[in-house]
Amino acid sequence: MRFFEYEAREVVKRAGIPVTDYGFTTDPAEAREIAQRIGGPTVIKSQVLTGGRMKAGGVKFADTPEQAEEYARDILALEIGGHMPRGVLVDPKAEVAQEYYAGVVWDGTRKQPVMIFSPVGGIDIEQVAEEQPDKVGRRHFSNILPLSDFQAKEVIASTGVTGSALNKLVPIVTRLAKLFVENDMTLVEINPLGLLPDGSFVALDAHMDIENEARGRHKKLLTDLGVGDEETRQAREATPFELAGERVDATDHRGVAGNVTEFDGNLGLVIGAGGGSLTLFDAVRAHGGKPANYCEIGGNPSVAKACGLAKLVLQKPGVDKIAVMMSIVSNTRVDIVARGVIKACIELGMDPAEKIAIFRIPGAWEEEGFKILEKYGVDYADRSVSLNEAARRAVEKIEPHPPVAA
Amino acid sequence: MRADGIFIAVEVSDEAASDAALAAKLAEACPVDIFAQAGSGTLELVERNLDECVLCGLCLTAAPDATVKIIKLYDGEATLAPA
Repeated sequence: MRFFEYEAREVVKRAGIPVTDYGFTTDPAEAREIAQRIGGPTVIKSQVLTGGRMKAGGVKFADTPEQAEEYARDILALEIGGHMPRGVLVDPKAEVAQEYYAGVVWDGTRKQPVMIFSPVGGIDIEQVAEEQPDKVGRRHFSNILPLSDFQAKEVIASTGVTGSALNKLVPIVTRLAKLFVENDMTLVEINPLGLLPDGSFVALDAHMDIENEARGRHKKLLTDLGVGDEETRQAREATPFELAGERVDATDHRGVAGNVTEFDGNLGLVIGAGGGSLTLFDAVRAHGGKPANYCEIGGNPSVAKACGLAKLVLQKPGVDKIAVMMSIVSNTRVDIVARGVIKACIELGMDPAEKIAIFRIPGAWEEEGFKILEKYGVDYADRSVSLNEAARRAVEKIEPHPPVAA
Repeated sequence: MRADGIFIAVEVSDEAASDAALAAKLAEACPVDIFAQAGSGTLELVERNLDECVLCGLCLTAAPDATVKIIKLYDGEATLAPA
């Protein structure tokens, strides 16, 4: 879940990293008051969860409080990339001697956070890495032990920063690393980190993503920031199909049958188990299939829940058949899922043998499950058939229909 | 009494079905609420839960011999054997 800039700044401030004397508001008149309090020129920044603010006119420089009010009014009414702003951030227009970059990102391959530092800030770090690779320092660090001052110094010094700046940057970088680990973040970024004429550093902008699954562990922080439980902050609003998937999952505490994402293909997917969903989704696409949805099923859902998910997918406009596939690792009972998906077909007046392109769930109670599948003539595969091969067989059975718009 | 789902049927002898104490025991034992007690204390089969049967056999343990049968409709009406 992504934070707005004004929230990220607050988190940075709480971590002991210096920030400017900014203010957040949803009211143009209050923007004027904040600019008056700051004194001098200000920057008015739209608070949206999308990029391209500057190009879209969502960042403006005001010389007077009156101008700050006027710009705040304009920006609050300005839609950027389909998003209306949450408010505006009024920030002092700092005199900056140099812009730096400091960030931490989760490396999913190494399963460790990686600290990234550059004395070239204010632009995308990817661009710096491409054009001036010697100006980007990186270091993986433990997500259990704190990043030490020495380690931080190594990362910063590797980019050519020395002397007083190096000493002053060390605590900022170590605090950023601590903030990342303690708050279960997947990304924290201060860009730019400004060096002021007096030699001090201040965070001029910040971006943060917290791990969605960790939201429950950070209720206090989220409450303090005013982030409600209902705020998913996904890249787009959930579709009615996806909301229906959430309702299916919420019907029963047993197992998972949800996390549905809508696509516009003709092969409905009832997939899951220990990363199986992602693997299978990719496999279907690799074989030229067009998934109608992504979803996750596992952890021994009830028959009713498996049935509810299958019904939802079967009834989605444009779905020709469904593929029911899981990896073996979840120990989800084969017979229970078989009952669920077959029941869905029967209750919708569909022939399971016709509608289920393939059923490939090996594992617990598979003998019982296979008896059910045989009775209803459903094509099934055991563990001797790979996920990839199962996906290929499913795709092979689909008629090449044009995609149907949601 | 007998009730059929799509995959599972449950059969209980009339004598056992009218036994309030047994009805209470079965209602407590079943993890998916196939058995319930009517207002009069006699046994009721909850039809919407029949297909949720996880074949745990706890009902067979709770009831005297052969008074409760769990029937697999997908397997030639094979009955679940007591554990």
